[in-house]
Amino acid sequence: MKKIFTAFLAIVVICILLALGDVAFNQQKTGGGKQTLTIYNWGDYIDPALITKFEHQTGYHVDYETFDSNESMLTKIRQGGTNYDVVVPSEYTVQRMKKEHLIAPLSHQKLPNLKYIDPQFLNRSFDPDNRYSVPYFWGTLGIIYNDQKVNGKDVQHWEQLWNPRLKNNVMLIDSARDVFAVALITQHHSVNTTNYHQLKLAQAHLKQLTPNVKAIIADEMKMYMEQNEAAVGVTYSGDAREMININPHLHYVVPSEGSNIWFDNMVIPKAARNKKAAYEFINFMLDPQNAAQNAQYVGYATPNKAAKKELPKKVTNDKAFYPPETTMKHLQVYRDLPLRVLGEYNDLFLEFKMFAK
Amino acid sequence: MRQKAMFIVPYALWIILFVIAPLVLIFYQSFFNINGQLTLNNYAEYLTSGVYLKMTLNSVWYAFLITLVTLVISYPTAYVLNRLPNKQFWLLLVILPTWINLLLKTYAFIGLFSRTGTINGFLQFMGLGSHQLLFTDTSFMFVAAYIEIPFMVLPIFNNLAEINPSLINASYDLGATHWQTFRRVIWPLSMPGVKAGIQAVFIPSLSLFMITRLIGGNRVITLGTAIEEHFLTTQNWGMGSTIGVVLIIAMFIIMFMTGDKKQKGGRH
Repeated sequence: MKKIFTAFLAIVVICILLALGDVAFNQQKTGGGKQTLTIYNWGDYIDPALITKFEHQTGYHVDYETFDSNESMLTKIRQGGTNYDVVVPSEYTVQRMKKEHLIAPLSHQKLPNLKYIDPQFLNRSFDPDNRYSVPYFWGTLGIIYNDQKVNGKDVQHWEQLWNPRLKNNVMLIDSARDVFAVALITQHHSVNTTNYHQLKLAQAHLKQLTPNVKAIIADEMKMYMEQNEAAVGVTYSGDAREMININPHLHYVVPSEGSNIWFDNMVIPKAARNKKAAYEFINFMLDPQNAAQNAQYVGYATPNKAAKKELPKKVTNDKAFYPPETTMKHLQVYRDLPLRVLGEYNDLFLEFKMFAK
Repeated sequence: MRQKAMFIVPYALWIILFVIAPLVLIFYQSFFNINGQLTLNNYAEYLTSGVYLKMTLNSVWYAFLITLVTLVISYPTAYVLNRLPNKQFWLLLVILPTWINLLLKTYAFIGLFSRTGTINGFLQFMGLGSHQLLFTDTSFMFVAAYIEIPFMVLPIFNNLAEINPSLINASYDLGATHWQTFRRVIWPLSMPGVKAGIQAVFIPSLSLFMITRLIGGNRVITLGTAIEEHFLTTQNWGMGSTIGVVLIIAMFIIMFMTGDKKQKGGRH
């Protein structure tokens, strides 16, 4: 009896000590809040050398935390109790965060380096006048193909994915919006359609794609494409870049008839503790030299016009990652759709997946 | 008396916090739609949409197949293990794979099954050409069964070990053949182990989702896939919870079907 009571008490005491320790540790870590900058970004999405450089230049201590999906990041910030100073959400999440009053408007006076950003990436529909966000990297949805298995000419356009010659050779990214975007574009509809009839039509078209679909997967596609498992994949430019670095037989195409263009953007949450440092950091990352260094490390396309000039011609002339004007015109940004419509996309997608045999 | 009550407190606390509370929360969530309004629509949609019903049938069918395959492999394994010297050692070898993370094992299978993988390498070496192994029903069943086997072997093994050898000897003494002894004595006596094994395999198989994507390439869709999607992508927690409730009900049905009905003497 006594033993149990002691054990019970011990557990309670340990729990309390852990809680106290956590609080003390956090206080120590944030050191009064003025000396630390906390960044919440995607994994491996910044050149670590730049963080060190920023720390040396400004004397702040940088905490770099990572997330792996917009949704999980959003959930964490929504729950509160976080003190991130800079967060890097994708464009539709910026829109959502704006709607939910989670991010603070930016003062452009404090961001003189904003002038280096290419005007075509500013003032986009998801954030008019860039009141809340500054573009960090951008990219596209496109087709990656293996030149050993398929002729490049046969996979320049979305509709070509339906070619019976690609039977059981196409891998799709496991994301309702992206897969529907492909079908919607082939039918000349907006990738942001809220029209259920158009979605049904898109689904019907997708069902015809099923004989060609080998798998509907997420990050694993990188590995499979690198290992020559399939001829063609529908994926993001960033992932494509990684695959190409490993397997030189892979090539990436952004269909000229249109595709999705996405932006990852720096924002400052309302709950930020160190807004001064946040501004300094965003400005630091907008510096052409730093942006170029970062783009070289991460491998994504930079929206920074001055930084783009600093990059090797081999990179910036690559039409797959910096598409020509004619293609850029046709690229569409995802808008944050009402949850009800998002549910429709996903239900229809789930049904399509069940059909995928 | 009071002493006894105190013993219960930690367990009761544990059960309330980590078993009952989550169940109640799932049940509660399932009555809300995406706008946070109280509704029964989630259940109505589940029952009428056809998609979810088909998905449920799909899940049950695959779970049934996985359980069947696992049972067919595990029963003889457990039976043979029981007769080996050093049986604890052999049992350890069967259990050993469960110490490795599920995801890691799945990735290992990707390495084996892929176009450039070990198995295709061997097939090509034998002159049989390379085959599509990944993203097929067979590979999905294979990996799922592989992962579940220890959970089936263990209860059957324990049950077989408990059978009193004198009962088996008596059967032989009375002139029964090996087959008759197995059918009339060993099999009925090992039923509780088989049932426990089925419970341990069937229920998790209903909601497998990582393997459906990694090995099945999302060509096999189970209720687990739908739950994942509702919680992570569409944020329709109500619908996700509804499917969760359905899984819990399915679990109770399985428990009831395989449960030990009070044995009143049994048949003689």
